[in-house]
Amino acid sequence: MAEDTQQHPLKIYFYVWILLFVFSAFSYWVDWYGFQGFTRWGLILLFMMLKAGFICAIFMHMYWERLAIILAILVPCFAILVFVFIMWHESYYTQLIRKIYFLVTGS
Amino acid sequence: MEESSSQTKVTIPPNRGAIKEWASDQKVFKGVPWGKAMMWIFLVSDTFVFSIFLISYMTVRFSTKVEWPNASEVFGLHIGHYNVPLLLIAIMTFILITSSGTMALAVKYGYEKNRKMCAYLMLATAIFGASFVGMQAFEWTKLIMEGVRPWENPFGAPQFGAIFFMVTGFHGTHVTIGVIFLFIMTRKAWRGDFDTGRRGYFTSQKSNYEAIEIMGLYWHFVDLVWVFIFAFFYLW
Repeated sequence: MAEDTQQHPLKIYFYVWILLFVFSAFSYWVDWYGFQGFTRWGLILLFMMLKAGFICAIFMHMYWERLAIILAILVPCFAILVFVFIMWHESYYTQLIRKIYFLVTGS
Repeated sequence: MEESSSQTKVTIPPNRGAIKEWASDQKVFKGVPWGKAMMWIFLVSDTFVFSIFLISYMTVRFSTKVEWPNASEVFGLHIGHYNVPLLLIAIMTFILITSSGTMALAVKYGYEKNRKMCAYLMLATAIFGASFVGMQAFEWTKLIMEGVRPWENPFGAPQFGAIFFMVTGFHGTHVTIGVIFLFIMTRKAWRGDFDTGRRGYFTSQKSNYEAIEIMGLYWHFVDLVWVFIFAFFYLW
């Protein structure tokens, strides 16, 4: 069955393995070097997405899967982004209410 | 069931595009072993679980009035006179990536029917995973000794402890379950179950090297989740 479809040269696994180590070292270095603000968040997100992408595509063989199953996995994940967006706004609203409450009660 | 043994060649229909496959009235994921499709669907649901944890973390971190503890200092280790930030977490990250690599190779050697290499590499993966859990236990002990509780901590916002124990605890549970199954699969591979097609004691299905790939999917997912936890919880 899948023996014919998921056999790939050893080389590609080692390349990805090394890349994952390099990206992890970079993201640790972001903390070590002490980047702050948008540079920090941008770099963290960049290395996170690169690592996640390579693990998913090569180690989990998603790159070689059929489009039907790739879409079944990836499309539902967009719902998560929508939820993140909603809760992001919700959290600022909560903070505003808290600030007003503490201002009024004087604590 | 008898037809699906590894000896029979199953012809995989040509890829006619996602829309035609979804519109097909037979089955959607043509040529994909059902076990693998089911594992993927489980992983999608698990993605939602971890996403909800991380989203709740984002929500409490954004909405708290108290300063969030600096993870770089909280998880730092004193080595001699130096305070190395996030040292243990970095080691744990590298260990998990190493184990992911050995697992990927185990899957490859499994499909090549290289029984011994497959078993060795899975055993290595299990040992790396177990050492990861051990380090996590050390980290929990250290933080609990320093007074971190799910409801309070000496570093800052009280929500920090709740999020820390919930997120890393749930991830650690996943790693632990993975390690247990890796040991079981190592034994099966070593005994040659996947070559002889011996029936499993639980499902009585014939064993097949596909099971290694399904195990690998779960293990890589555990690594994947750690990538997100490392970025959002420890580095942010």
